[in-house]
Amino acid sequence: MTGETIALEVTRYRPGEDEEPTWQQYEVPFHRDWVVLDALNYVKDQVDGTLSFRWSCRMGVCGSCGMMINGVPKLSCAAFLRDYTPGPIKVEPLANFPVERDLVIVLDDFMAKLQAVQPWLIREEERPLDEGAYRQTPAQLARYKQFSMCINCMLCYAACPVYGNEKEFVGPAALALAHRYNLDSRDQGRDRRAWVVASDEGIWDCTFVGECSAVCPKDVDPAGAIQQLKLSSAVSWYKSFLLPFGGGPEKAS
Amino acid sequence: MRRPYYPKMKATWWLQRRPYTLFMLRELSAVFVAGYALLLLVLGIKVYKGGDTLAAYLDFLDTPGMLALHAIIFIFAVLHTVTWFNSFAKAVPIWRGEERLAPWKVTLPNYVALLVLSALVALLFLV
Repeated sequence: MTGETIALEVTRYRPGEDEEPTWQQYEVPFHRDWVVLDALNYVKDQVDGTLSFRWSCRMGVCGSCGMMINGVPKLSCAAFLRDYTPGPIKVEPLANFPVERDLVIVLDDFMAKLQAVQPWLIREEERPLDEGAYRQTPAQLARYKQFSMCINCMLCYAACPVYGNEKEFVGPAALALAHRYNLDSRDQGRDRRAWVVASDEGIWDCTFVGECSAVCPKDVDPAGAIQQLKLSSAVSWYKSFLLPFGGGPEKAS
Repeated sequence: MRRPYYPKMKATWWLQRRPYTLFMLRELSAVFVAGYALLLLVLGIKVYKGGDTLAAYLDFLDTPGMLALHAIIFIFAVLHTVTWFNSFAKAVPIWRGEERLAPWKVTLPNYVALLVLSALVALLFLV
């Protein structure tokens, strides 16, 4: 394969210079074991040092290098050039987010939403330290483990047309994370999260397109999490009407 | 100084990728299912009234246009049913200890119930 090249068509947006994003084409060496991120780093190092993009671990763990590759949200460290031959490969910033520069998106909205669902263990009363850790069985761990694998790469937001159309939507990753803590046997914060999770901008905004789960590189299944939240929220609502003393929220068993 | 670019979604976003188009068709299927419910409701009223009014409605249902509409409704009803059943396992995880029941095991009883109920309806009206 020596001497072969493949074309990258990369979105450029230079604030202050460009009114809107434009395309720039780069020819990069084609190697079977190169991923799109390797090609972008080649451009950055050898061709055009002004190209901006985020990356860190190069192994699908940090969640920094999410981009639209041929129109589909992907981790660029996991998108092999060989899967896009003969090219050109279109590389754009993640959809549905404001663009800071080139392939770098603005994270502020996602960070705020992540925080809004209070993704930590909430206890009505903390146990004194000398009583030891909150213990959990493997079966209790299994209930939420899938939803705890999120790496905050935001591919799910880029795949979600609801978020694209309504920026108020809390979104897939944040809701899946809320579900992860609601399902945790050590947590008692479901009611506190419900103000965000079960609001109009929360689970009920989701129309179950399902692409958030399809593009998730960690098989977190945010779409499944949201439908499960809808079910448990609806059950709680009916219980509060039908049962004496309100029934109370559904606690994960 | 920061000057982010705010992209806007095109009105044709659902035509840009096949999963989005399928999603829109799934949503649209509800209109056809509701439309068929309406046709059945009218049929029920006509059966109750009987006589010429029922015969006229049956003649109307027997026109090529209505037969074509029924074929389209059937396709959308199948799409509606399959997508609903396939989504079911995502919304209702069933656990046995540390293992989650395979999605197909949760989905299968839905199809079995559909077949059994369809057979019962067919027995009631066709035999």
